[in-house]
Amino acid sequence: MTESLDPRIRRADLEASPASSGLKQNEHWETYAIFHQDKRGAAHEFVGIVHAPDPELALVFAKEQFGRRKKTVNLWAVRSSDIYTFQHEDDDMFSTVPDKNYREASGYPVRKRINKYLFDQKEEEASKA
Amino acid sequence: MNNAIKDLLFRLADDELVLGHRNSEWTGLGPILEEDIAFSSIAQDQIGHAVANYTLLHESAAADEPLPDAIAFGRNEKQFFSSQFTELPIGDYAFSLIRHFLFDHAEMLRYELLTASSFAPLAALARKIKGELKYHVLHADLWVSKLGQGTEESRARMQTALNEAWPYALGMFEPSDYEAELVTNGIFSGEEGLQESWLEVVAPIIEKAGLTIPQASEPKYGGRHGYHTEHLQPLLDEMTEVYRLDPAAIW
Repeated sequence: MTESLDPRIRRADLEASPASSGLKQNEHWETYAIFHQDKRGAAHEFVGIVHAPDPELALVFAKEQFGRRKKTVNLWAVRSSDIYTFQHEDDDMFSTVPDKNYREASGYPVRKRINKYLFDQKEEEASKA
Repeated sequence: MNNAIKDLLFRLADDELVLGHRNSEWTGLGPILEEDIAFSSIAQDQIGHAVANYTLLHESAAADEPLPDAIAFGRNEKQFFSSQFTELPIGDYAFSLIRHFLFDHAEMLRYELLTASSFAPLAALARKIKGELKYHVLHADLWVSKLGQGTEESRARMQTALNEAWPYALGMFEPSDYEAELVTNGIFSGEEGLQESWLEVVAPIIEKAGLTIPQASEPKYGGRHGYHTEHLQPLLDEMTEVYRLDPAAIW
């Protein structure tokens, strides 16, 4: 094995150190979804996940993962497995939404009536003067 | 009084610089990515506290003290006043966690006392970093409690680490030559009282974690007067390697 130039790696003696974490390969701690709040009263927004053995450490890890570089007043940690979600193959339930433009406020053509009202107002003032 | 303040600032800053550097040795090698990031960030905070204290030395305490970089990188081991506890190698993760736990509780209490210091710039610094220390202590307490009550192996490793760390941890409270002067002038209320309140805080946490404080042992003194173990100079050699290539280089 080539010797690393990094003194930390040399000290670690990776070949000799036992892999005694108790975890098997590809076995991980649970994930927790982290929600970030940038000011009091604002909504907490999902920003990513952390691996942690329990909710308390999830918060402690989240503080450095997601609260280190931007303004933060609070964080939530939610066990990912506690989040109820639709299956991706069921996304056809949402597929016709873009067609239903009558649900959009733009479906109501009021601009013409507003312009006519403003025009009439002006006319009226002009006739008074 | 100037010498007393200088001595105090050197002790505060050197502890943070040496342990901050030690803890940063885990960067990239931490037991799991998230913990690696958290522990590295704590190490970075500690270097920040060292810089802040070296800056106070340079700006407020003594005009003849050089810039922070030169103070940090330009001295040999005899000129360092950190406790021997901070220079010990990182050991296994249990040892690094136990040291982090014992050290940061002392820091938290030390800076809490310093918020009332008559040396105003130091009192302001103490107030500023309170939140960071609160996080360090939260991180440490959780790990001590979880690993103390984890598996038989994790408990045994934490207990071994605690046994090794304890006499050195007591060495953090080695009185300085200026103790009386610091107390009389309201700058710092002294190591003895600090050690007592530290013990009151850490003992119940250790007990609750299922660990046992080792039987009375002699504190490892010397560091506060420039006497160090064989571990400090190699650390300084490594830390200052780049600086020594060209001390006048602009970063």
